Order: sequence, then structure tokens, then C-alpha cells
Amino acid sequence: MSRIRKQSEYEKTFAYHFFRWLGGEKDAFVGNMEMRPQKEYREEDATIEERMKDRQQAIAEVYDSSHNRELKFFGALYKCFSIVFCIAIVTLLVITVSYLPSVGGVQKPTNNEVSEKYITDGLEDTGAVNIVTGMILSYRAFDTFGETNVLFIATCCVMIMLMVDEEKIRDNRESNDRNFEPKNDVILQVIASLLAPIVFLFGIYIILNGHLSPGGGFSGGAMIGAGMILYVAAFGFEKTGRFFNENVYKCVKVTALLCYGCIVTYYFLTGANGLPCLIPTGEAGKILSGGITLPINIFVGSEVACTMYAFYALFRRGGL
Amino acid sequence: MAIFNMILLGFLVICAISVSFSKNLLNSILIFMSYSLIMSIIWILLESPDLAITEAAVGAGVTSILFFVTLKKIHAIKQEQEEEEKDEPHQKTE
Repeated sequence: MSRIRKQSEYEKTFAYHFFRWLGGEKDAFVGNMEMRPQKEYREEDATIEERMKDRQQAIAEVYDSSHNRELKFFGALYKCFSIVFCIAIVTLLVITVSYLPSVGGVQKPTNNEVSEKYITDGLEDTGAVNIVTGMILSYRAFDTFGETNVLFIATCCVMIMLMVDEEKIRDNRESNDRNFEPKNDVILQVIASLLAPIVFLFGIYIILNGHLSPGGGFSGGAMIGAGMILYVAAFGFEKTGRFFNENVYKCVKVTALLCYGCIVTYYFLTGANGLPCLIPTGEAGKILSGGITLPINIFVGSEVACTMYAFYALFRRGGL
Repeated sequence: MAIFNMILLGFLVICAISVSFSKNLLNSILIFMSYSLIMSIIWILLESPDLAITEAAVGAGVTSILFFVTLKKIHAIKQEQEEEEKDEPHQKTE
């Protein structure tokens, strides 16, 4: 049989105290326990002096090379061993190199049917006049996909180490290292406004002509990234943030990687080497040729450009 | 052309050695930059313009800039900073 206790009786029970404590109404220790702030640790001047003297004496005894015989002996031994170690490694490497086949020799293992196949059938298979790009982006497209992922992971690592909050960037604006630089430097700004468009255009040209002329996604992307760095150095992050901020970065990067992966997978599933591919290789020498080479070049280029700029921005102020 | 190649290779070796022997970090970065530039010329002479473009953009451009930024962050370029502070005492709004 249960009944409601009187308030005065209930106040004596353990449950009353417990729930009050749980609700934060009363701290069980207040009043029952003596509370004092912790004493600050202070060392007396005499002990500090003694400690420093002891320390200096110990250091002087240990590192006294003119009297300490053991130390002398170990110093000499260390030098001897390092010289012997260096000589041993150099000899080992030189011996290894001397066994390698000579450069350009007929017997060289790289002179096999693979390179021959690339050179003779490359143009027909990939439709790219530039054999190097054709080889990298269609015969070995999966390799390059891995490399692009390496770039992605590298930026992620840099972000983990160097990225700070948005608020912190705003708070640190005063102590930003940009304060130490010549602000609004006219020479730099004029030169940047003249050069940046040319750099961008040249980068885009190299990316789009990757299958026709030297270059390709990586070089063109690096060039665009360098152009963006030049622009940021001249005009500051606020102006760059108008057309390239974190959201744009995320969209471009993820889209490029996803599309690249899809294209490569589709290519390998439907028409790798020898199988009929649905993507036409086109007429060799024209811009719209080369099958999958052109779109992949574009995606690699945007990825690399984003990476380069992100590295700079993250190193500089810890955020995009 | 062979002599030109030899001169470039000699420069390359000199640059590579002097990077590690220079006491000033700023100087070693500049030497490293010139190393990349010479390397890109050598790539062109070796008939691989693809690599030359990449080396010039990444090796001589972006890597050195990242080095500069890092040196500035860890306050390794001190003299320059002090001079700039003298020239332009930055205003604090606090």
C-alpha cells in the first residue's frame, strides 16, 4: 500500500536529496565539505637558484668534451661510423647502378612489345595525336585516376592539419600575415591584372589541346592554379572569394572526381583496348577527337587547379 | 648542343649542392627554384615538353611559393618582415 508522505517527512529521505541534486537545485557538498581554492604553486628564489646551479653543473660535467674521455671516444666513433656508413651506401648504390642496362640499349627490358604497341596503334586506338596523353589517359586511365585521388587525399590531409574555423579567420584578420605585406601594391596589381588572364587562357588552351599538343590536364591545371595564386597575392582573399570559395571548391572537386571515375569505368567496361567503344574517337587532329581523352583532361585539369589553389590558401590563412 | 647540355647539367649539380650548403633559408629556396628552371630546360632538350611545362609550373612556381609561405609562417624570414614593419607601421583598431 502506497501513500503520500508528508513534505517534512519526505525531505529527510535519500530520494529527496538525490533528485534535488540530480536536478541541480542543490550541491550535496556545499556546506558539508570545506572548500578552498587550490594554492598556487610558488617556488622560493633560493630553491630556484639551487636548481639552476645543479642543472648547469650537470650539463657542464656531461658535455665537458675536453675532460670527459667517454664523450671524446664516442664523438670520434660517431664520425668514423658515419663516414663508413656513407661510403658503404654510395658503393652499394654505384654497384647496383652498374648492373642496370645501358640507356637506349637494344637489350633494355623497356624495349619490349608494350611500347611498340603504344607507338604503332596508339593513334588508332585512342584518337589522340599526342601519344603521351593518349597513353596516360586511355591505356592507363586507372593509374591516372589513382594519382588524382592521391591529390584529393593530399588536400584532405593538409585541411585536417591546417584548417581553422571561419570565425577564427575573421578574428585573426588583425594578426594575419597580410598586414606585414605591402597592401594594394600597385606594381603587383597592374602586372597581375595583365598577366593573370593570359596565364588562365594558356592553361585552358593546354588542357583543351592536351590530346593534340604537349601538355595535358595536370600541366594546364597547375598553370591555372598558379594564375589563381598570382591573383590572390595581388588582390587578396576577399576578391577571390567572389568567384572561388569553399562551396565552389567542393562542387568542382567532387564533380570532377566522380565524373572521371564514371568515364573511366564506362570506358573499361565497354570498349577498352580492342573492343568497340560507344565513344567515337573522332578524326585525328581535331579538337573534338580522342574519345575519352578530352573530358578526362578537363576533369583532371579542374581538380589540379583546385588543389594548387587550396594548398596556397590553406598554408596562408588556414581556410579557403 | 652537347656543350650547352653539359653546361646545363653542370649548373644543375652546382645548384643541387649549394641548396644544402647555403646558410640562409631564403637563398636556398631561390636556388631550388633555379634548379627547377634549369631542369625544365633540360626536359625540353630531352624532347619531353610535357614534363617541361609541368616542371616549370609546379617545381619552379607553386612549390617555391608554398616554401615562401611556410617560411613566413614560422617567422624564418625575419629581416624582411622587420623592415616592412618599419616602413609601414600597421594600425591596430583595438
